[in-house]
Amino acid sequence: MMSSRDSILSQIRQNKPEEVALPAVTTFASNFANTEDKFREMLAAIYTEVIVVKNLEELAQKAEALYQGIVNRATTIPALSAWADFSLNVSDPHELETVEIAIVQAEFGVAENGAVWISDQYLPHRVLPFITQNLAFVIPRNALVDNMHQAYVRLQDTLGWGCFIAGPSKTADIEQSLVIGAHGARSMVIFLLEDE
Amino acid sequence: MSKTVMEHAEASAVFNRDEPYVNWHDETLWFVRQKRDKSSKQLPEWEELREAASGIKHYVLAHLDELLISFEQKAKENGVQVHWAANAAEHNEIVLGLLKKHKIDKMVKSKSMLTEECHMNEFLSKNGIEVIDTDLGERIVQLRNEPPSHIVLPAIHLKKKDIGDLFHEHLGTDAGATDPQYLTEAARQHLRDKFLTRRAALTGVNFAVAETGGFVVSTNEGNADMGAHLADIHIACMGFEKIIPKQEHLGVFLRLLARSATGQPITTYSSHFKKPREGQEMHIVIVDNGRSTQLGRKDFRNSLKCIRCGACMNTCPVYRRSGGHSYHNAVAGPIGSILAPNLDMTKNADLPFASTLCGSCSNVCPVKIDIHEQLYKWRQVLAKEGYVPKSKEIGIRAMSTVLAAPRFYQWSGRLGRTVMRAMPFMVNNALNPWYKQRDMPEPPKESFRDWYVRNRKN
Ligand code: SF4
Repeated sequence: MMSSRDSILSQIRQNKPEEVALPAVTTFASNFANTEDKFREMLAAIYTEVIVVKNLEELAQKAEALYQGIVNRATTIPALSAWADFSLNVSDPHELETVEIAIVQAEFGVAENGAVWISDQYLPHRVLPFITQNLAFVIPRNALVDNMHQAYVRLQDTLGWGCFIAGPSKTADIEQSLVIGAHGARSMVIFLLEDE
Repeated sequence: MSKTVMEHAEASAVFNRDEPYVNWHDETLWFVRQKRDKSSKQLPEWEELREAASGIKHYVLAHLDELLISFEQKAKENGVQVHWAANAAEHNEIVLGLLKKHKIDKMVKSKSMLTEECHMNEFLSKNGIEVIDTDLGERIVQLRNEPPSHIVLPAIHLKKKDIGDLFHEHLGTDAGATDPQYLTEAARQHLRDKFLTRRAALTGVNFAVAETGGFVVSTNEGNADMGAHLADIHIACMGFEKIIPKQEHLGVFLRLLARSATGQPITTYSSHFKKPREGQEMHIVIVDNGRSTQLGRKDFRNSLKCIRCGACMNTCPVYRRSGGHSYHNAVAGPIGSILAPNLDMTKNADLPFASTLCGSCSNVCPVKIDIHEQLYKWRQVLAKEGYVPKSKEIGIRAMSTVLAAPRFYQWSGRLGRTVMRAMPFMVNNALNPWYKQRDMPEPPKESFRDWYVRNRKN
C-alpha cells in the first residue's frame, strides 16, 4: 500500500491546476514622512509607551524609575545587571513563572504596525517575553523599518525561532471588549537607544 | 435526506426568535467589518496586496506537490518530525500516538480550525486525553460544550452575562460578575496553571514556508507561545494549503491577515517556528482530508486559497443574522459553505443556499476568492446531483423557470410587485424562509428596467 504521504502527493499531482508563474510584484514601499513618528503612532494605539534614551546609563536610570519597588526583575542586557534581581540562568523555563518585568534586547521595529522582532539570538529562553508579567524591549533608535516587506529583507535567517511582538497581549473575546493582558505580558514599553 | 442536524434555514429560524439579540449579533460583526474597512484604507497599495496574495496562492495551488516536498525536507533538516495524514481519522491517530509514546494524558491547545474539522478533541477525550483550549474564546465555548461559532471570534455569539455565569460555575468567579476585565483575569489565572503543568502543546499553523521549513502562528493572546515554549513536545497541525513558497511572502500575508480579520495592523504575536528548542520535540502533521479532491474541482479549487481571516463572515448579511452554529460545520459563513459540501454533499447541501449572493464576501476577501460565484456554482452541482435541501426545493424549481426566460422574469416581476403592494402576506409567508422574522420592505412601484425604459427617451 502507498503511504499517505505518497498518495496525497500523487492525488495533488493529478488534480493541480496548470502551471502559473509567481506574481511579478510582491513587495511595496510605504514612504512614511517620518518612520519613527509612524512607529510611535502605531504603538500609542496599542497601549505601548516609547521612551528614547541617550545611552545605557540613561536606560538604567529610566528602568530604575519606571519599575521602582517591583521585585523579580530580569534582563538580557549586561548594562542592567545591577538593576535585575532575577537570574535568567535557569535550566527549566518553568522557573521563569515569577518574573514580573523583563527588559530584553531586541533587533528592530516595524513602523506600519509597531511590531518588534525578537529571536533566539537575543533570548536565553523563548518563553521569557510571554511568561513575564510586564515586558520592555530595547532597540537601537536607528533600527526601524517602514513595513513588513522591508522587515523580511532584514530577516534573511529566522534562526530557530523568532517573533514579531506588537504591544502587550490582549483579547476581545468577551463581547468584543478589549482587555489588555490575556496570557502574555500585561504591559509593554519600548526603549529606543540612541548611542549604538 | 435523513439527518440529525438542523438545516441552516431551520437553525436560523431558532436563532432569530430573540430579535434584540440578533440585532446585537448583527451590529457587533458589522462593527468588526467596519474596522477592517478603516484599516485597509490606510494602505494605498491594498488592492495590489490582495492581487499579489491571490497570485501567490494561485502559484501555490499549481505547485503544491513540489512546495510540500521542499517544506518537508527543510523541516527535517531543522530537526522537526513531519507526518502526513490522508484524512481526519489518520490525523487524530497520529496525535494520539505521539501523546501515548510520551505517556502524556493532558495537553494544551491553541486555536486550530483543522482540529475542529477533524473533531480531534472528542476523539482524544474518548481515548483518555484531556485537551484544554487556551484561546479565551475557545475555552469559553469548550466549557459550554459547544463548537466555536466563528473562526476568529469563537465566542462572538455570547453575551458577557452568559460568560459570567459560565465562569461562576467553572472558575469560581463572583456570581453575577460580568466585567470583561475581571473575567479575563480569572481565565488568565486558570489557564496559566495549565500552561505550567502540561507537557504537550498543540498549535495550528497560519503559514508554512516551503523555502525554510518554518511555520508562523499568529495570536493576540500569546497562548500558542505560552504552550509551545513550556511543553516538552510541540505538535503543529496544518491543512496542506497553508504552504507558501518563500519567507518574503509572509510580508504580503501578514499585512493582510489581521487587517482583514479585526482591523489590527498585525496580531500581537506572529511567532516564527523553525527548530525545536534544546531538549524539545517538534512535530508537524500535514493533513489532506478532502483538500486534494477540492483541488481537482476546477470551479471550487480557489477556496483552498483561504487564509481564515473571517472577513467574509463579518460582512455576510446571512451569517450576521443566523450565527455561526446554524452552519453546522467547523468553518461557518460563506467560505465554510464552499468547503463543507466538498467534505459531505448530503450533510451540507443546505449551506450554499445560505447566501443572498450579494457578493460582499468576495469584495472583502484578502486573497480574492470568488466566494459568491462558487456558492452559486455549488447550488447547480448539488441540484444536478439531487442534493437540494428540502426547504429550498419549491422555491428553486420556480426560480429556475423564472430565470430561464428573461421576458417571463420582467412580467413576473411586475406581477410580483403588484401582489406585494396588494397582499404582502403572499410573499411574506411560511414558504419563503427568507422572510421569517422580517417585515418585507415597501416594494418599489416600478423596477429599474421599467424606469429606464420610461426615462431613456427623455
Ligand atoms: S474566504 Fe477570504 S474572506 Fe473568507 S475567511 Fe477565507 S480569506 Fe478570509
